[in-house]
Amino acid sequence: MLQRKDMLGLIDASREEIYEILDTAANMKKLVRQGIKKLPHLEGCTATILFYENSTRTRTSFELAAKYMGATTVNIAAGSSSVAKGETLVDTGKTLDAQKNDFIIIRHPMGGAPYLLAKTVKASVLNAGDGMNEHPTQALLDMLTMKEKFGKIEGLKVAILGDIKHSRVAKSDLFGLKKLGADVRMYAPETLIPKGIDKLGAKLCKSREEAVDGADVVMGLRIQLERQQAGNFPSLAEYADFYGVDDKILSYANPEAIVMHPGPVNRGVELTSSMIDHEHSHIEDQVLSGVAVRMALLFLLQQYRKSVK
Amino acid sequence: MIIKNGNVVLETGVAKKDLLIENGKIVKIEDSIEVGANEVVDANGLYVFPGLIDMHVHLREPGFEHKEDIESGSKAAVKGGFTQICCMPNTDPVADNKVVVSYIKKRGEEVGLCKVRPIGAITKGLKGEFMADVGEMKKVGAVAISDDGKTVKNSRLMRLAMEYASGFDIKCLCHCEDAELVDGGVVHEGFNSTVAGLKGIQRAAEDIIIAREIALAESLDVPVHICHVSTYSGVRLIRDAKRAGVKVTAETCPHYFSLTDDVIRDFNTFTKVNPPIREDVDRDAIIAGLKDGTLDCIVTDHAPHHADDKNVEYNLASFGISGLETSFALAITNLYKTGVLSLNEIAERMSGAPAKILNLEGGKIVKGGVADLMIANLDEEWVVDGEKFLSKGKNTPFNGAKLCGVVKYTLVNGEIKYQA
Repeated sequence: MLQRKDMLGLIDASREEIYEILDTAANMKKLVRQGIKKLPHLEGCTATILFYENSTRTRTSFELAAKYMGATTVNIAAGSSSVAKGETLVDTGKTLDAQKNDFIIIRHPMGGAPYLLAKTVKASVLNAGDGMNEHPTQALLDMLTMKEKFGKIEGLKVAILGDIKHSRVAKSDLFGLKKLGADVRMYAPETLIPKGIDKLGAKLCKSREEAVDGADVVMGLRIQLERQQAGNFPSLAEYADFYGVDDKILSYANPEAIVMHPGPVNRGVELTSSMIDHEHSHIEDQVLSGVAVRMALLFLLQQYRKSVK
Repeated sequence: MIIKNGNVVLETGVAKKDLLIENGKIVKIEDSIEVGANEVVDANGLYVFPGLIDMHVHLREPGFEHKEDIESGSKAAVKGGFTQICCMPNTDPVADNKVVVSYIKKRGEEVGLCKVRPIGAITKGLKGEFMADVGEMKKVGAVAISDDGKTVKNSRLMRLAMEYASGFDIKCLCHCEDAELVDGGVVHEGFNSTVAGLKGIQRAAEDIIIAREIALAESLDVPVHICHVSTYSGVRLIRDAKRAGVKVTAETCPHYFSLTDDVIRDFNTFTKVNPPIREDVDRDAIIAGLKDGTLDCIVTDHAPHHADDKNVEYNLASFGISGLETSFALAITNLYKTGVLSLNEIAERMSGAPAKILNLEGGKIVKGGVADLMIANLDEEWVVDGEKFLSKGKNTPFNGAKLCGVVKYTLVNGEIKYQA
């Protein structure tokens, strides 16, 4: 059983922990797919969703996951809270703890913020994305989708294309996928490859074709408009031309390959519209996996909380 | 007073000697001096060093007394074996005029522990626009000028400042950092910044300005001093410049010869410092630079902060390490016990060289010299606990580290100002 108070990142998650979460999530996904959205697992629990960055899918995904299992949820958007009045994260955490929250789900623009919060509070902290550090639930949902499609993760060839440098998704995916034995290839403009990512097990490729060659999974990463404005690459058109995924690039992949994207997609930049709406696109399945993975994590963390009480 | 039976770190080597001190001066250095009616400090088994001189500290007064003040900083200094400390001008108001410089000097004298030597600003308000009153500040006690914390961005202004200051025989101490390249970075850019997802600062951000300051010094034939060198490539630039005869001196800090950026991985904000802690290759080059004299001296860059300034997200935490109370032990543990530097070289890097660079008294144990001394046990081990610091700044990345070397006495002008 998962023996941890918090889920901050996959960097220190074991293979066994990841499999336990994925197996639990697979069951949750079946239930939700059947339309069973009223489960008793978290009755009497409170989850506060504390987002210092905008988000639609991750926030609603966590909220629905908690609600489907009977938890009471509270949403705090940084702009509308005392954070806007200058309250520190530590003080906000203490307040949420004093209100007897069981879970705090945090998204924050700065790497490491969930670690600071987790050190401060008794509640279980779930990292919903921190700066350029990690986005563990996104990686878990990606792996769930891959595992369901191919039956296993081990040996899968996964091509990740796009802004690796600023992507917490790419890093969490890399940590998780390497632990489960996948072959991870990456390709990006040189300005968007972080130093030493190859030492974490990523194979850095020289071209899209090399990255995608024989791949089982082709994943595009969202490019933030401000990265172009900051001069990391000259224009979105050039980006799409050299780093985007279209039918021609996909033709290098395994014919059964699936197309993934953490969303939201810039149509015609990371992926052409034909890719997004492609029969092999699993972008919508990723969304359902997201709810399931978050249900599984909340449930497993709650089991641990009960066991140490 | 007689300091009896100590192993005295002289310029010529270490020798068992007695020291007779009268009126704040060392009047005799002999194998054995009759005790007579003198007060005796028994230094048997201990080592007597010239009082340490830290030419780069932040005392935060005036303006930031919640972080540190001249009294708490002085207490930390004498506990660390320092008899003179030179404090940077980034106070509020900035020490960019004779009034603030005089105030700091006067407060140091009132506290009366170590000698507090103010450093004036290069530019008014540290804004990099107009030169501060260098001559006026020197007249009331400034020992150098620096915009530490910032680089003087305008190369023409920097040129004029170095040129003008040379006329007063006062040096510019240069904080080297290209702000555009730093671009909000908080740690060294490399494998660990990628793992932690924290924005990195490349070596080039520091090296580019080191190279500029060297170019200015060479072209003007005036001296310049490079602050807190952290990169291997910066060490190489300075070594090459020295070989070519450029009048450049340089300092580094204990955290650069003791740590690598592996320490940032758990987001401990006590590891956040500017310039950032870098990699093995940098640490090794810093150590080599201290050995061959490319790096003239060890300074602490003592940057005390209030707990609230550090108990925040890594990006939001203040840069800086509280260093006065660990510097000597880190040098003994990581440079002397490892066989890199001799005790004479430690004394030179931590006392002799700063005295020469800034034209200060002390820096060596000689007959007739000022009796600024430090007596230490080099074998005694202790475990760092920032909460026990006398400094108000408890922010040390060395918490829990077991170090060798304990300061037993610090004497300023022949008076015991600290005793363990």
